[in-house]
Amino acid sequence: MKIKDVLQPFTAWKNLVKEPITIGEPHKREGAPRYRGFHQNSMDKCIGCGTCEDICQNAAIDMVPVEGQETTHSDSGLRPKIDYGRCCWCALCVDICTTGSLTMSNEFKWVEVDPDAFRFIPGADKKPWDDIEAGYDRADHYELHNFEREDMVELAPEVRDHSFVEIVQGYSKTQAQKEADRCVECGICVATCPAHMGIPDYIRAIREDDIELGLKILYETNPLPEVCGRICTHNCEAVCSMKYRGDAISIRWLKRYIADQVALSDYKGILNQNTIENNGKKVAVIGSGPAGLSAAYYLALLGYGVKIFEAFPESGGMMRYGIPEYRLPYDQIDKDVDYILSLGVEIEYNTRVGKDITLETLQKEYDAIFAGTGLHIGRKLPEKFLPGSDHEHVFAAADLLREVTMGQEIHVPKKVAVIGGGNVAMDISRTIARLQKVKYGKVQLTTTALETEEIMPADREEIVESREEGIVIMPGWGPVKVETKEGKITGLHLRECISVFDETGRFGPKFNEDNTTFVEADMIVESIGQGMDISYTESLGDKLEMGERGKVKTDGYYQSSLPWLFIGGDIVQGPDVIHGIANGHLAAKGIDKFIRGEKS
Amino acid sequence: MVNWKEDRSKFPEKNPDGTNKIDLNSHKFVKIWQGPQHPGVTGNMALELTVQGDEIMESKTHVGYLHRGFEKLMERRRYIQCFPICIRVCVPEPDSNEYCLAAAAEELGGIEVPEKAKWLRTLALEMARLANYLQWTGGQCGSLGMGTVGQWTMYLRDYVLDRFEELTGGRVYHMYIIPGGVRSNVPDGFEKRMNEVLDEIETVMNKDIYNMMFNNAVFKTRTVGVGYIDPKIMEDYGVTGPNARAGGLIKDVRKDYPYLIYDKLDFEVAHGKDSDIYTRAMVRRNDLLTSVSLIRQILAKMPKDREIMAKMPNVLHWKIPKGQTYARIEASRGEFGYFMTSDGSAYPRRIVVRGPSYTHAMSLFEKMLINANIADVAATMVSLHTCPPEIER
Repeated sequence: MKIKDVLQPFTAWKNLVKEPITIGEPHKREGAPRYRGFHQNSMDKCIGCGTCEDICQNAAIDMVPVEGQETTHSDSGLRPKIDYGRCCWCALCVDICTTGSLTMSNEFKWVEVDPDAFRFIPGADKKPWDDIEAGYDRADHYELHNFEREDMVELAPEVRDHSFVEIVQGYSKTQAQKEADRCVECGICVATCPAHMGIPDYIRAIREDDIELGLKILYETNPLPEVCGRICTHNCEAVCSMKYRGDAISIRWLKRYIADQVALSDYKGILNQNTIENNGKKVAVIGSGPAGLSAAYYLALLGYGVKIFEAFPESGGMMRYGIPEYRLPYDQIDKDVDYILSLGVEIEYNTRVGKDITLETLQKEYDAIFAGTGLHIGRKLPEKFLPGSDHEHVFAAADLLREVTMGQEIHVPKKVAVIGGGNVAMDISRTIARLQKVKYGKVQLTTTALETEEIMPADREEIVESREEGIVIMPGWGPVKVETKEGKITGLHLRECISVFDETGRFGPKFNEDNTTFVEADMIVESIGQGMDISYTESLGDKLEMGERGKVKTDGYYQSSLPWLFIGGDIVQGPDVIHGIANGHLAAKGIDKFIRGEKS
Repeated sequence: MVNWKEDRSKFPEKNPDGTNKIDLNSHKFVKIWQGPQHPGVTGNMALELTVQGDEIMESKTHVGYLHRGFEKLMERRRYIQCFPICIRVCVPEPDSNEYCLAAAAEELGGIEVPEKAKWLRTLALEMARLANYLQWTGGQCGSLGMGTVGQWTMYLRDYVLDRFEELTGGRVYHMYIIPGGVRSNVPDGFEKRMNEVLDEIETVMNKDIYNMMFNNAVFKTRTVGVGYIDPKIMEDYGVTGPNARAGGLIKDVRKDYPYLIYDKLDFEVAHGKDSDIYTRAMVRRNDLLTSVSLIRQILAKMPKDREIMAKMPNVLHWKIPKGQTYARIEASRGEFGYFMTSDGSAYPRRIVVRGPSYTHAMSLFEKMLINANIADVAATMVSLHTCPPEIER
């Protein structure tokens, strides 16, 4: 012990004359710029995916309906309600938010008498910190999600531009599992899919490498997985919650991955459909397109004796006769169809109802009829709207596509112009381009669309791939006249289209007559839509109620005004495979109810 | 001449096995509870003391007052959801939990963390050590009735927490080290502000606090030779950290099994030899200054690249392959580790937290208190730097 030890502690007394360093008014102190304070949520950006609720380890978040938030295809209409009695401000909800709508302010003081007030819906319940910019947000270079889609192996343009071999090669197991891993299982896609497929469930099955379970989930709502895995319009991907900050999950290709992994011979065992008890009732299905096949499948599962009447020599309808083989190989259609036929469904080819057999005959022989005859008639502009369109070398896209599928030789000149901006226009353009490449060694094909590139209805990848294959796409041009010289087509006059839809959103293109151009062509193909042929119903007369735009009026089960006649697919819903499948499924349920007497 | 020292040759009476003979019916003994509500107890634990006069005959440590079942809770959480829970194991130094959990999960899951994240993790861990030592310094003095030092160290700790707030978004629970990396880069101007805090800490530690603690007759009287841990029993009792180093057992995971970027930093392990409260305090003070130096080095040498997060599998359904591992670090209280077992699912099968307090506050402390003076209990306990949540995970 030294004297210094006794005296030195007294040096602390010097602090008596120092200014205190305490903050006088701590409640006025602001949080740091990245402080994890009270939550903010942008009502417009939020889609109610519920990922925040999913990750919250305190169960502090509930997804609740909010007044003014409508449930739409891309929005559940729900918003996170946070319980500050449970929240620990870890901000995982902010990190995982798929749209980036959920953030935190740096405000941390909130005095309230009512304890229930601390359960609130950020963004909907107005709070003083709603507009504070400072506060926690995901930092740069910090990301919990993987926003990049797994690349698909596709044939290179120089390999595919003269061939009808399938372009998309499909995912490997590693790729599929990596892609499946990105899914947050929000289920927004399920609500949007017309068939309400169990998308997150089958994606989980891929992740867990349970392909058999995946196949079972597919067949619960869709008996054409090989087809849909290739050419579905994938409305699901358009609303995927991952698309807001990155690439949507490639749901369509994951579906294909499952179906591709299983051999047809294993389907029955996996789906447990080896024996189906026949209930003695019979249903006729007109047309073996997606709607007809879907109805046939689900009716067969219910024990009905189903017979399909197909006008063409092969099954598939527009799937086979409207979609080129490089997008949907015929053997894949066969795989899906063969499985449906293996359940006891019969099919009679080359039998056009209304011509080879009448609807009345079918009515007598069967307990109910489902008609899904599709849109096979290629539309063409009449002569008065497009002078020169009655020339023999002005074709409709649907007719040409059908002829190609049937193996018929079509007219393929050196220069071709295609009118149309949808997927069918791309299909016929790319088909003719391939034939040109084989025949002449080069592609000289121009596709014109009324719409600008941003609003062209064709899929983005179709536009990109078409260009890669040498096709010239001219968005924003409308046809004026087909130019002919000495009886031969020389080209197509075009004028600039300045808008496609009028103020009410209806089709009503406006043109700039001063800006015109000319495309050289020896042949014109019009791809401006398809029409239906339901002449087989003419004999029913007024008994069959018609709805808008020449379509048959149906109820929620696609039952017409004649209780025994159900009608679905493209002729009711418009052109779309997955809608057709959904229609067929619902119609099968309706037919079952009708035959069992539960439905008039 | 009066012999003021009592004759203790026959006292206390011993059992044949060498333990103190206690006969409560003799009315010579009193049982006293120190804690769980007692200012001289670190956290919520209680000591059941059997005393005779002011001499402790037997001590039992009782825990269970704040059991929240962190380990069990984590078995019911996905890996990413564990990290806001694990920090609750230690309020003053949550970052060591964050790091151990992340390191264990990353090792089993095969995740390689970006280099910059390693530097930032080390920064967070050293800042946490610094803040924790500052709090402890106040606590040690407080246990001897010297509240002034506690006020100084707490304001210094608040400055460190200010820096934590701007770096991580939180003052106490930082939730900064996440499996895969860290959640943010250092903000602009952080280095300057951090260095100002370090300068202040160094000045106060070296002058005022040094004078008030280590050059203080009261402190010396109460701590020199008191709370002795025999270095021979240290290995048997699993003593680690400053408690071991103060007895000459130089163990430091940062040096012995370097993790993160400690092998790129220049530092000496603080140690002593007397193994009493005073030496342990001195070792901690030196360790604190080592942390100051380490933070300066980190800020000066940290690479400029911006990548702070590894590309992770989707954390919502991240499954870690089957396996088990033990991730350990040198926390301010000693060797701190997480033993993690994965059964291949998205949830940890078992996580065991190895906190140094388990041995320090239970078996070691019970042994140390025998024949100690009741007035020294608080100071001895704080000198072990125990933290009850580590015992009740």
